[in-house]
Amino acid sequence: MAIADVKTAYERVQAARNGKRPMGSYYIEHMIDDFVELHGDRRFGDDAAIVAGVGYLNRIPVTVIAMERGDTIEDRMKRNFGCPEPEGYRKALRLMKEAEKFHRPVICFIGSSGAYCGIEAEKRGQGLAIAENLYEMMGLKTPVISVVVGEGGSGGALALGVCDTAIMLENAVYSVISPEGCASILWKDASKAPEAAAHLKLTSYDLLKFDVVEKVIPEAGKTDREICSALKAVLLTEIGRLSQMSPEALLDHRYEKFRKIGG
Amino acid sequence: MSGIKDLFNNLTGKAEQPPRTCKQCGTEIAYADYVANHCICPQCGAYFRMRAVERLDETVDRGTFQEIDKKLKSKNPINFPDYAEKLEKAEKASGLNEGVVCGTAKISGVDCGLFIMDSAFMMGSMGTVVGEKITRLFEKATALKLPVIGFITSGGARMQEGIFSLMQMAKVSGAVKRHSEAGLLYIAVLTDPTTGGITASFAMQGDIIIAEPKALIGFAGQRVIEQTTGEKLPAGFQRAEFQLEHGFVDLIEERPRMTYTLSKLLKLHQPA
Repeated sequence: MAIADVKTAYERVQAARNGKRPMGSYYIEHMIDDFVELHGDRRFGDDAAIVAGVGYLNRIPVTVIAMERGDTIEDRMKRNFGCPEPEGYRKALRLMKEAEKFHRPVICFIGSSGAYCGIEAEKRGQGLAIAENLYEMMGLKTPVISVVVGEGGSGGALALGVCDTAIMLENAVYSVISPEGCASILWKDASKAPEAAAHLKLTSYDLLKFDVVEKVIPEAGKTDREICSALKAVLLTEIGRLSQMSPEALLDHRYEKFRKIGG
Repeated sequence: MSGIKDLFNNLTGKAEQPPRTCKQCGTEIAYADYVANHCICPQCGAYFRMRAVERLDETVDRGTFQEIDKKLKSKNPINFPDYAEKLEKAEKASGLNEGVVCGTAKISGVDCGLFIMDSAFMMGSMGTVVGEKITRLFEKATALKLPVIGFITSGGARMQEGIFSLMQMAKVSGAVKRHSEAGLLYIAVLTDPTTGGITASFAMQGDIIIAEPKALIGFAGQRVIEQTTGEKLPAGFQRAEFQLEHGFVDLIEERPRMTYTLSKLLKLHQPA
C-alpha cells in the first residue's frame, strides 16, 4: 500500500483526467482481437461517447462497452468529451442483452466526467436511460466486469458499473460528485476542489478498502502496455471464475455485492 | 385534525404546527386549513412541498400505517467534515431520523408497502440509510407480496456519503427489480423536486409513474445545464408537463385526486 500514499487524491483526479491517459478505445485496440464495432441504440441514434462491440479476449468471445472521449479536438467534440447521451446508455444496454443471449461475458470500461448535461439529453430521458441500465444490469444473466480506467463520474459512470467484479486502475477515481461540484456546493468555491477530493474518498485504494471495488491495477512505474497486460490477466482470471457460476448464483452474488454497501 | 396530530406526534414527536405562508402569493394559512386543502394555497393554488406525515395522513386508511425501520440513523461513513452536525440539524428541523418514512398500510382497503420521502431532511437526499430503508421496504413487500407506492422528492444522492450514496442507486434498483419479477406493482409518485440520482434510478423504475402538477423532474440540475451548454432553458423545462409531453410519466394527477387515483390503480392490479 506504500504506493498509494505517493499521490494526493486530487493528483489522482488530475491523472485520471489527463488528456494523454488511455481511454476505452486504447484497451479495445490492445486487448481485444478481431473487434467489430456495433453502432446505435435502434431507437434514436448512435452516441460516439460510447464505443461498443464484440471481439475476443484471448480466445474468449466478449462484448466490450467503453466510454471514449477521443483524441483530436474534432473527435472530442463528436464524442461530447466522453459524456454519454441517453443513446449511449441505450446502445450499451442493447448490446449487453445481445451478450446475454449468446452467453458472452461483458466488459465495461468507464472513464467520463459524467452523463452529458444538456437540454436535448433531458428531453430524451437521460435519467430514465441510466435508471434502465441499473435495473436491467441487475438481472443480466451473463458475467459483467466493470473497469474504471479514468474518471468515474457519478450516475453516468454507474450506468456501466452494475457488475460482478469492479476493477479500478490505480489512478482512476470514482465519485458521487466531481470535487469541483462538491466544493462549489459546500464552500461556494470550486478552487477548493483538492480539499473536496480528499474528503470524498474517491481513490482506487479508498474504494478497495470500502469493498466497492474488488481489484486495483497498479500503475506506478509501469507503461500503458504493461498496465494493459496486467489488466488483461485479471480480466481473464475473473471471466474464468465467473463463468463457472450458474446464472442464478451469479445474479445472487451481484445482488449481494451491492446489497451489503451501507447495509 | 386529531388524526394528523397523532401522526405528527408518532412520527416526529411534535404535534403543534404553526401557520404556513405561501411562497408564491404570501398568504398565511392556518395549519388546519392548510392540511384540509391538501397543502395547496387556497388563494393562488400553489403546491407546497408536503411533509411525509401530511402525505401519509391523506393517503392511507386511518390507523393502518405501521412504520418500519424508524430508528435507522445515518452514520458518517467517509468522515465527511461537518456532516454529523448537519445530520443533527436535519433531525431537529424535520423531527425525523432520516429523509424517508417507510412502512405498510392500507389504501382504500388494499394492503401495500409505502415509502414517503421528506424534503425537510437534507432535501430528501439519498445516503446509505435512505437507500437501505427503501431497499428493505421493497424486500419486505416482495416477501409479503405487496404492491409498493413511493412518494418521491429528493435533490439526488447525498454527497456527504460519497461513493456509498452513489451505490445506493444500484442497490435500490436491484430490490425494485426483484419486486417486479415477483409480479408485483410499483407506482412511483414524483413530487417537487425529483432530481439527480433519484431520477436516474427508482423514480423512473415504476410500472406506473405519476407526477404532481408542475413538479420539477429531471436528471441534470438546471444551473449546471446552463453553465455547461450556455443555452437558455425553455419555459417549463423539466416540469411534470414537460416530462408528460416527452413521454416519461404516465399521467399528471392533481393532489386532491391522488389518493383516489392510486386506489383505483391498486384495485385494478389486485390478484383475482
